[in-house]
Amino acid sequence: MSDLNDNRPNVDLLIEGEHTHETITQTIGSVVLEQGKYNDPKHKVGKNWILLALLFFGLLNVMMVAVGWLLYQGIGVWGNNQPSGWGFDIINFVWWIGIGHAGTLISAVLLLMRQKWRMSINRFAEAMTIFAVMCAGLFPLLHTGRPWNAYWLFPYPNWMALWPNFRSPLVWDVFAVSTYMTVSILFWGIGLVPDFASLRDRTKSKIGKTLYGFASLGWRGSTKHWMRYEQAYYILGGLSTPLVLSVHSIVSFDFAVSILPGWHTTLFPPYFVAGAVFAGFAMVLTFLIPMRTWFNLTDFVTMKHIDWMCKVMLATGLIVFYGYLAEIYFAFYSGNKGEIDMMINRMFGPYWWAYYTLILTNGIIPQMLWKQKNRHNLKLVMFISCVISVGMWFERFVIIPMSLHRDFLPSSWGMYVPTIWDIGMFIGTIGMFAFLMFLFVRFVPMISIFEIRELLHVSKPKKGGHS
Amino acid sequence: MHEVKRGGQFGVVAEFDNPDSLIEAATKALDQGYSKMDAFSPFPVHGLPEAIGFKEAKVPWTVFIAGILGGGGGMALQYWVSVIAYPHNVGGRPLFSWPSFIPPAYELTILFAAFGAVFGMIGLNKLPQPHHPVFDAPNFDRASQDRFFLLIESHDPNFNEKETPSFLSKTDALNVTVINKEEEGDW
Repeated sequence: MSDLNDNRPNVDLLIEGEHTHETITQTIGSVVLEQGKYNDPKHKVGKNWILLALLFFGLLNVMMVAVGWLLYQGIGVWGNNQPSGWGFDIINFVWWIGIGHAGTLISAVLLLMRQKWRMSINRFAEAMTIFAVMCAGLFPLLHTGRPWNAYWLFPYPNWMALWPNFRSPLVWDVFAVSTYMTVSILFWGIGLVPDFASLRDRTKSKIGKTLYGFASLGWRGSTKHWMRYEQAYYILGGLSTPLVLSVHSIVSFDFAVSILPGWHTTLFPPYFVAGAVFAGFAMVLTFLIPMRTWFNLTDFVTMKHIDWMCKVMLATGLIVFYGYLAEIYFAFYSGNKGEIDMMINRMFGPYWWAYYTLILTNGIIPQMLWKQKNRHNLKLVMFISCVISVGMWFERFVIIPMSLHRDFLPSSWGMYVPTIWDIGMFIGTIGMFAFLMFLFVRFVPMISIFEIRELLHVSKPKKGGHS
Repeated sequence: MHEVKRGGQFGVVAEFDNPDSLIEAATKALDQGYSKMDAFSPFPVHGLPEAIGFKEAKVPWTVFIAGILGGGGGMALQYWVSVIAYPHNVGGRPLFSWPSFIPPAYELTILFAAFGAVFGMIGLNKLPQPHHPVFDAPNFDRASQDRFFLLIESHDPNFNEKETPSFLSKTDALNVTVINKEEEGDW
């Protein structure tokens, strides 16, 4: 092992309780293999899981209705119209894609920094990334108006002899988001291969053996395979790190490259990336806190993990808050009439309440995380995480319609009001995301089993045998 | 009808209950001159590839080449599209406005490199391979849980049907088993 690993803080506390390689496999694998146990309505999980899954499935259907109506009528059913050409569609796109970023941060950036604590939460966070990007992708796709022609965005030879304009950040977005989705699936997928092999060897059902056998690609744990596997895994970590930074930077270019007051700043890329991590960790905590108790995984996702995730939220939250203050400074320091008016309009204009909600939810409430006592209060942490999710949504609301609704000509001023179809689709994507997460925890090991084994191996003092 | 060929020996497998004994045994085998070896473990064990004398850097090179192809190809595509196939004036910018072409080229570099890493790894590992003779070894289902295995293959020049198993049983192995090749028609 390299020296870097020896600096890890109290690594032995990352797995609580007395565990062997066998009990690790059992504890994590049983969630998937013993479906009956958790389906029993008398079991504490059974009732919660079924009721919540039904609720989210219902919301997913709300989305289907909203999308169906949209496709039938056209995007006129949405509230965005001149001067606010962008509304809920772009707010929600940026919100979701930001949430996804915590997964990549945990799986890739923490991997490169050799943070062993990531091993308990990376699988979960990566799944979240994939589902969040799926939700995000729907919005620009549908906002094209004719989603069946969305492939026109890609450069391919066609009889119209038309090609995309590569000077546009919206085209960069297509490349960034589709690459991000693909690489996230690859990263998640190869992480699952050895765990599917474990399930293949543990399951007693014939169908399970066949399905897990296919999914594991016949993985047999050969040292030569593991070596290439680790090379590929670390390289993917190295590739995903600049990728995740570039994706949200490119998303912020959608705004920053324009000349609109409030958007045209160099601050946007770093502040968007920090905001993405902030929102993503909040969403990880929102889901992980109940799941770890329901499925008896508190030995692997310990209070230490929660504590550290809270600290990451606190740090990125401060960067975001600094961004809000810097925006005010930039506006007034620029001496530009448009910028100054935009800032005054944000604070005292018709949407003043959204701006102060943002400051309260993203700036002030997260400061409670400074206290360790608060970081160890799970209900409070969940509450703060939900507040942050709301806050990050308001951040995009403040940025998008607030800059757009005051056009350069006062005669073109207007207000942005979402319609019921905007709201229905937004709530629907929350349902889709949560429903997919609920399915994920029951059909795929939600914690990387082989990495926990490795963690157990490297964190125990060397001795004769421990099996 | 063709004759079913009996496979003969594939190799000898020794089972261990901890990675340190496995590394020790593999190091001894390497010292004995065995070279066609493989080990099996439920998680990547550091020091094990060196112990069985395996060294390779093909995956990183695959990634490097794939990344260059992605980045170079991406830039070339954008040049061809914007300058040759469909030249048009966007805000007075030059046709080959390369700074704007960096984000897509950058993303394509990462995309291709990631494909190189994943499919390079899978291809070099010759996966998917649903069956392999080593799966016949007793307790091998625990290779994905808590047991560690060392395999010396029969095509190793030093392999001997009697001496190799007796060499392995002198290590800390829990048991030593001879496994046979696939019989034709097993599929």
